[in-house]
Amino acid sequence: MDSLMPREDRGGPAQPLLLAQGLRKHFPVPGGLLGRSRKVVRAVDDLSLSVAKGETLGVVGESGCGKSTVARLLIRLIKPDKGTMVLDGDPVDEPHGITVNELRRQVQMVFQDSYASLNPRLTIAETLAFAPRAHGLPASEARARVRDLLDKVGLDPASYAERYPHELSGGQRQRVNIARALALRPRLIILDEAVSALDKSVEAQVLNMLVDLKTELGLTYIFISHDLNVVQYLSDRVLVMYLGKIVELGSVEAIYGNPQHPYTRALLSARPSMDPRRRTKEAPIQGDPPNPIDPPSGCRFRTRCPFAEDVCARVEPPLADTGAQAVACHMRVVGSGHSKAAAP
Amino acid sequence: MSDLLQVRDLHVKFVTPDRTVNAVNGVSFDVKRGETLGILGESGSGKSVTLRSILRLHPEHRTRWGGSIKLEGDEILTMGRSALSDLRGQRVAMIFQEPATAFDPVFTIGHQIAETVRRHTGKGEADSWKRARELLEMVRIPSPAQRLKAYPHEMSGGMRQRAMIALALSCNPALLLADEPTTALDATVQIQVLLLIRELQREFNVGVIFVTHDIGVAVEVSDRIGVMYAGKIVELAPVEQMVDAPRHPYSRGLLASTVHDGMRGQRLEAIPGAPPDLAEVPTGCSFAPRCKFVQPSCVARPPDLREVGGSHLVRCVLAGAVEAGVAA
Ligand SMILES: Nc1ncnc2c1ncn2[C@@H]1O[C@H](COP(=O)(O)OP(=O)(O)OP(=O)(O)O)[C@@H](O)[C@H]1O
Ligand SMILES: Nc1ncnc2c1ncn2[C@@H]1O[C@H](COP(=O)(O)OP(=O)(O)O)[C@@H](O)[C@H]1O
Ligand code: SF4
Ligand code: SF4
Ligand SMILES: [Mg+2]
Ligand SMILES: [Mg+2]
Repeated sequence: MDSLMPREDRGGPAQPLLLAQGLRKHFPVPGGLLGRSRKVVRAVDDLSLSVAKGETLGVVGESGCGKSTVARLLIRLIKPDKGTMVLDGDPVDEPHGITVNELRRQVQMVFQDSYASLNPRLTIAETLAFAPRAHGLPASEARARVRDLLDKVGLDPASYAERYPHELSGGQRQRVNIARALALRPRLIILDEAVSALDKSVEAQVLNMLVDLKTELGLTYIFISHDLNVVQYLSDRVLVMYLGKIVELGSVEAIYGNPQHPYTRALLSARPSMDPRRRTKEAPIQGDPPNPIDPPSGCRFRTRCPFAEDVCARVEPPLADTGAQAVACHMRVVGSGHSKAAAP
Repeated sequence: MSDLLQVRDLHVKFVTPDRTVNAVNGVSFDVKRGETLGILGESGSGKSVTLRSILRLHPEHRTRWGGSIKLEGDEILTMGRSALSDLRGQRVAMIFQEPATAFDPVFTIGHQIAETVRRHTGKGEADSWKRARELLEMVRIPSPAQRLKAYPHEMSGGMRQRAMIALALSCNPALLLADEPTTALDATVQIQVLLLIRELQREFNVGVIFVTHDIGVAVEVSDRIGVMYAGKIVELAPVEQMVDAPRHPYSRGLLASTVHDGMRGQRLEAIPGAPPDLAEVPTGCSFAPRCKFVQPSCVARPPDLREVGGSHLVRCVLAGAVEAGVAA
């Protein structure tokens, strides 16, 4: 029954809940001679992050920049080509660490497509009881847990437990997915575009619920979204990705109040205005994001960056700490050779 | 200025053996040349059905129509086949969320645009290609001469969307229908395409109906905004009035529940519940089950769309009084 108890905090509040070091995932591109090709999609490249206990880490970036790949790597739905992970002090999938199964119990995920995530032939109660039963919870206790989970996500057990997924609205299905993620009492929940398919009025209901659940259950979130407003609303810290790389990482105040990377700035000013008297006059950057199969050399943003110089094509900018946030741009690296960088 | 398009009491019902959907239940609005009307609403509220009605794109055998749609005085709902094909090819153009629906994957972009130009203007081969190139330039596609030779799948999402706009404008339409054309695009690309549509609309002096579920997008492009709920326009107002002083409880709720800058830490004002099933014809206000101001007169019969001043229309028994109620 041990696996059904909420996991104890181990290293104390200062020890990160999750640490990832140098994660890399390249996908081979199908095609080429004899169906074999050397080309790869560089979906995630040497990415490191840490998630503090009790925080919400927001992840933003345009489609294809690698957000979902990061999420799938973090719960090991896919195996990284390179890189290590540590969960509350325990290395993952290493001799003296914890197993992938244990990781997946403590870290759960909710996806964008609420329908595809549920088995259409199981009732909501069966879906929610599945993992606890598989972990050995007796049937009567599993039933009680199902009721409790439905209560937690604001669905009346009496009217929803015996329904099938197609009998629910998108918002209700997403509540069920969140309930299922909670079923094994995880510590970290990764929400990958979890509210993106919902209508605004329903999105607000689910966001309120996520805030409540986090406090009530002491959860930690990684909240992935292309919607900058929602990420700002929910996150404590924000990570900005571009073509498989982190370009900026910092507190929500720093990222939204004083963005340093040219891409972060462009992304923020590309948000449609909510004020008809102050409509957007000019698009902050031109063109589309390049193909991640052959990302530009040096700084991957240079083909769209208004400040690009020679050094940007030659050298990849490191993610450098600037105080309030970490930024990967030569303009912020002392002595980088960029005309706007401080001299060494 | 005379109206380009007049929609009056439009009803659209889909009837199949196992179910009836009352998708549009009495929609009325006008669009002038050179004006953009934004239609804002949540999934299933009837935005696309309304838009597609203007081209009569619904399956004829199971669609029941009511009301009237007039383009420059010509009734669309009873139009004969040749007038209809004229309407679709020349007078009204449409752009979609997914450009794949507009292009044939086996022909180059240039071929498809030139072909449309040729059909509509009778221009020769060389002139049609020249026009196609101009159109790509106009939608700011870099190296247009080369791009003419590209196949749809060889272009990025943003480029394909621009090419689709070029195709739509190639017949010089009087009215452009846009159904969430930027929803699938990335943020930095979406804003480019929105600005492009805004500019071209002025340049071509075309009337635009722009359907979206995103308030910010509607604010960027619209002169007026109509808010749809359960197959009806519940509020129609100039964009400033809609944003500053929405009157209908649903519009107010929609604006309040949309997360934007500076809401961090506040509890969101969500609208409880979900939109109604469209199987029944509404007998009262469709929003009543979710409305905190509901009263007996709301469910007695469907409220009318009433003018509350300055071309601001609201479909609510409390129209005008709601603000007082909220302030209290
Ligand atoms: N051909 C059809 N046959 C039957 N029902 C239909 C048909 N087309 C649309 N509907 C129904 O009509 C209603 C309104 O649909 P519509 O596509 O206009 O919604 P919408 O406002 O565009 O929503 P979204 O934001 O999801 O695109 C929905 O209930 C839809 O399922
Ligand atoms: N299983 C896969 N096989 C091949 N390419 C993939 C696979 N999964 C993701 N990719 C590619 O990796 C890149 C990053 O994808 P993803 O992480 O889904 O981006 P995001 O979630 O930020 O939109 C994209 O170019 C995508 O097409
Ligand atoms: S490194 Fe160069 S190209 Fe990259 S963001 Fe900074 S200035 Fe622009
Ligand atoms: S008519 Fe009544 S129920 Fe409908 S929106 Fe107005 S107050 Fe609410
Ligand atoms: Mg994704
Ligand atoms: Mg639609």
